[in-house]
Amino acid sequence: MMEKKGVLYQGFPSMEELEKSPGVPSKDRIRKGPVACIECVQEIPCNPCEEACPYGAIKVGKPITNLPVLDQDKCIGCGNCIAACPGLAIFVVNGAREKAQISFPYEYHPLPKRGDTVDCVDRSGKVVTSGRVLRVVKAPNYDHTAVITVEVDQAYIDVVRSIKRLEGSDDE
Amino acid sequence: MKRTEIAIIGAGPAGLSCAVEAARAGAKVTLLDENLKPGGQLFKQIHKFFGSREHQAGTRGFRIGEQLLKETEELGVEVLLNAAVYGIYEDKTLAYIKDGKDYALQADRIVIAAGASENALAFPGCTLPGVMGAGAAQTMINVHRVLPGKKILMVGSGNVGLIVSYQLMQAGADVVALIEAAPQIGGYGVHAAKIRRAGVPVYVSTTIKEVIGEEAVERVVITSLDEKWQPVPGTERTLEADTVCLAVGLSPLTELAWMAGCEFTFIPPLGGHVPIHDENMETTLPGIYVAGDITGVEEASSAMEEGRLAGVASAESLGYYDEETAKALKDEIWQRLNSLRTGPFGEGRFKAKIRQLQARRQLA
Repeated sequence: MMEKKGVLYQGFPSMEELEKSPGVPSKDRIRKGPVACIECVQEIPCNPCEEACPYGAIKVGKPITNLPVLDQDKCIGCGNCIAACPGLAIFVVNGAREKAQISFPYEYHPLPKRGDTVDCVDRSGKVVTSGRVLRVVKAPNYDHTAVITVEVDQAYIDVVRSIKRLEGSDDE
Repeated sequence: MKRTEIAIIGAGPAGLSCAVEAARAGAKVTLLDENLKPGGQLFKQIHKFFGSREHQAGTRGFRIGEQLLKETEELGVEVLLNAAVYGIYEDKTLAYIKDGKDYALQADRIVIAAGASENALAFPGCTLPGVMGAGAAQTMINVHRVLPGKKILMVGSGNVGLIVSYQLMQAGADVVALIEAAPQIGGYGVHAAKIRRAGVPVYVSTTIKEVIGEEAVERVVITSLDEKWQPVPGTERTLEADTVCLAVGLSPLTELAWMAGCEFTFIPPLGGHVPIHDENMETTLPGIYVAGDITGVEEASSAMEEGRLAGVASAESLGYYDEETAKALKDEIWQRLNSLRTGPFGEGRFKAKIRQLQARRQLA
């Protein structure tokens, strides 16, 4: 059975949909350093990302169903928007170093730890490569949405968007 | 007989918001709910809500519930729990049962915010233990902290199906698949993307053929559907699952409004028969208002705004607000409500709600 592509059929945006999205930075910008990648391609009434950005780099405006527009020159990739997005649809990608860095929201237990080697998955949940956990941020204002940063080969910078869920429980 | 100024039936998001607005205006408010705890479905919404700052977007649903409860306490709203309202009689008299005893309550205004109930789906094996509403599964995990099963099949790709799938995984279950009879995913893509990257396959144009099991769900047979929604022979697949969750829509709980004698209109996108109401949420019966899912199934943020409207309007009708003050408040609420009903997901509801309001004008 041929699967039709796109968010309405597969449940995640296709590369074509992402390229057309005003929230996705250019490849050049990604190579320069950390930047938000807003994978929000449907006009839903939602704008917390706009307010979460301390640099005014995300604009939704009115009507509230506008797609978020990223000003990739203003964005410094701080990642404040990641946990603010109720749709968990914002990532920060950094292509400036030898290895690519990808930050994503994560709301499962147990959490990985810094330095762990983890299975990294694409938008369909398929394990595509392994990566190393650089950071796990659990800020109070994130309200229990952890932000994890993994390091993977550059080839996966547009591909990896999460990690395979871990077994067991937190030993805290 | 016990008396109150505004009696609100149902302490969910609409009823609580209504109580807060009416009490803030100065009215004596009595809020009744058949459950042991107030909040309706709000306290099991552990995800961050959508919308704008005014809709408390980015805040997890249960925290919005906690805030509303705190406000009702501070404002002196009388909350009667474990109180099942079973009838609305003449002179706006409510009959309810609390702790096994029968009571009557006479009110100047009544707001019915009874909510909605989950739709079921019939298929061979649908009565086996392990087949349940997605909302029921959500109550089990997020309120009672009981996992209904380890391997879940979710039926329905609206936001309920998508969100509950995600929360079941957060609670420690695996979702073996989510199936949708329509050719497209119904809910928000961002909710679908969360469960996809967690490894859940989503099959559109697919339905459940049968559930197999001796004493409980053991396996589920699914089948593809053609453009005419007919099963395609030879496409059957068997999945190992111990739980089947049904997220196939909701129907407004309209019994009390029917009984009271409210006039209805039939609007399928809102869930079927819904009570006709005006811009103040007042039904065709003077002094009886409706708010939330009973007026047409939407989501918690819209329900809260409708509750606020009914709260302001019912307080105004009792003289707690002059016309000008009330109008300013109601205009603000309508703006927020309309902004929730925009875009490809909201437009259909926006048009349906206009039809509902037009039905009122046609009667007038």
